[in-house]
Amino acid sequence: MLEAGSRLNGDSFFRWLVTAAGVGVLLLLGGIILVMIGGGMKAFETFGPSFFTTSVWNPVTQHFGALAPVFGTIVTSLIGLVVAVPLAFGASFWLTQMAPARISFAVGMAVQLLAAVPSIIFGMWGFFVIVPLIARYVQPTLHHWFGHVPVIEALVAGAPFGTGLMTGGLILAVMIMPFVTAVMCDVFTSIPAVLKESGFGLGATRWEVMRNVILPWSRSAVVGSVVLGMGRAMGETMAVTFVIGNANKIGWSLFAPGNTIASLIALEFPESPAGSVKLSALMALGAILMGLSFIALAISRVLLGVSGKKEGR
Amino acid sequence: MTQLNDTTQPAVTDGWKVNSSLAMRRRLMDRLATVLSLCATAVALIALGSILFTLIIRGAGGLSLITFTHSTASPGLNGGLANAIVGSLIQTAASILIGAPIGMMCGIYLADYGRGWMASTTRFVSDMLLSAPSILIGLFIYELVVVPTGHFSGFAGSLALAILALPIVVRTTEDMLRLVPVSLREAGIGLGASKWRVILFICLRAARTGVLTGVLLAIARVAGETAPLLFTSLGNLDWSVSLARPMASLPVTIYQYAGSAFDDWVQLAWTGALLVTVGVLLINILVRVGFGRKGA
Repeated sequence: MLEAGSRLNGDSFFRWLVTAAGVGVLLLLGGIILVMIGGGMKAFETFGPSFFTTSVWNPVTQHFGALAPVFGTIVTSLIGLVVAVPLAFGASFWLTQMAPARISFAVGMAVQLLAAVPSIIFGMWGFFVIVPLIARYVQPTLHHWFGHVPVIEALVAGAPFGTGLMTGGLILAVMIMPFVTAVMCDVFTSIPAVLKESGFGLGATRWEVMRNVILPWSRSAVVGSVVLGMGRAMGETMAVTFVIGNANKIGWSLFAPGNTIASLIALEFPESPAGSVKLSALMALGAILMGLSFIALAISRVLLGVSGKKEGR
Repeated sequence: MTQLNDTTQPAVTDGWKVNSSLAMRRRLMDRLATVLSLCATAVALIALGSILFTLIIRGAGGLSLITFTHSTASPGLNGGLANAIVGSLIQTAASILIGAPIGMMCGIYLADYGRGWMASTTRFVSDMLLSAPSILIGLFIYELVVVPTGHFSGFAGSLALAILALPIVVRTTEDMLRLVPVSLREAGIGLGASKWRVILFICLRAARTGVLTGVLLAIARVAGETAPLLFTSLGNLDWSVSLARPMASLPVTIYQYAGSAFDDWVQLAWTGALLVTVGVLLINILVRVGFGRKGA
């Protein structure tokens, strides 16, 4: 046993140790940001503000712009969210409020397992299963129906490659849906039973309890789960790299090959020698991606009321 | 519930008719929500089923002793995945050895010591790292370790994976420590134990299932990571167990082989994918079933 005198030392040493770990995490992120910006400096200096406004990506002329991959990142993430969030909400609603306990446990586990599948597996699955589906059935069908409708016509235009923004977005949706579902399920099960019971006591249906009791009570956490999903979608690399088509273009068609920041980095890095402008442009894109994730998370924090809830616990 | 009260107002004047049509509408709405949510759940199950089905159909054919005993080889030379499997195990283990202790300490700091802006910043940064694109972690370690040392290495790969494992452990540790009842802490303090002993031997002990869950989930997460390894451990077509040299790993091998033109390489990619997925899913099943629902 420690003596009274050394106990104080043990305490302060431990306090110092864990605080150092906390500071270490801060430094880590600071380091990542610094390295990204530092690495991208050359590109920022070479191209100036036009780096953000041009969609050229030409290794031959050594001219690089960020617009196309940024566009692809945002579009694929949005497609992913638009598809995944309603699905995730529905699934977590069913799992937590309706399914019998045993089935809920089994199905809930299956959904969790889907969340755990490594992203490269989603990429392979997307490439060998979803891409042919899109190329053979989905896009031709959509083109047949909407090919003459103004506005939508442009969205479904193009040759049926199967690879492209829509495929990337759909793969992302499948990837983040179980992730968002898992968080929502945790949120919905953590609601005090009294609140739900009082809702049912007033004669409300399950949907009304969900809509008027559970959702308002857990709103911040639900938003948090969606934003976390979005962050994951924006930074997802391997799943998208397989199916995005790798073309640095901006267009209306959702079925045209595109690119995202993460997949561009993964695909082009091996051909970027250290110290080259191209590598610097990739790092600059990394900095932009970091910034996008940061903004998403910061917005979520504002929506969550600056984590006041957690402090109060 | 105010809306509900508002809509029931006319019932007083119009009698049962309005009331019953309202009840009908409410019941219909409830049914609709039920059906739609059931469909949503089905979509997730179908996706999982399709992935597992594809993996088994395409991957199981390549499962043989050679896969586990031979290293990767040129197309047509009957290569296996031994170096990739061992490389993945080494890098995952090393990353957890680095990341988990730091993550736990940071989690303890957040749960028991952190106050004010410093703690909320640390929490935010940890969340940031959790959702930080893994490929950027790879670029970071590339600039920080690979460029100065002049070569790709298994150690760099392990470091990148450690950064990915870290925030998962931070978050679960903090969450689990916060779930430990105050009375337990008070009891420890009341017995005269110092704070660090209370935290380590009472709180962390009480929360160990949850913390272990976090570590296992971290293992499962990093075991399948590909992107950060592309720039750090690079992959190695030969037998590689030295952390100082480029090291093979299952995910990178899958990535390199899946897009190749050789049938036996594509076959190995599917087999590798099956192995990784089964491994990762087994850990997750262990977490879910072994530790019960509360664990995660």
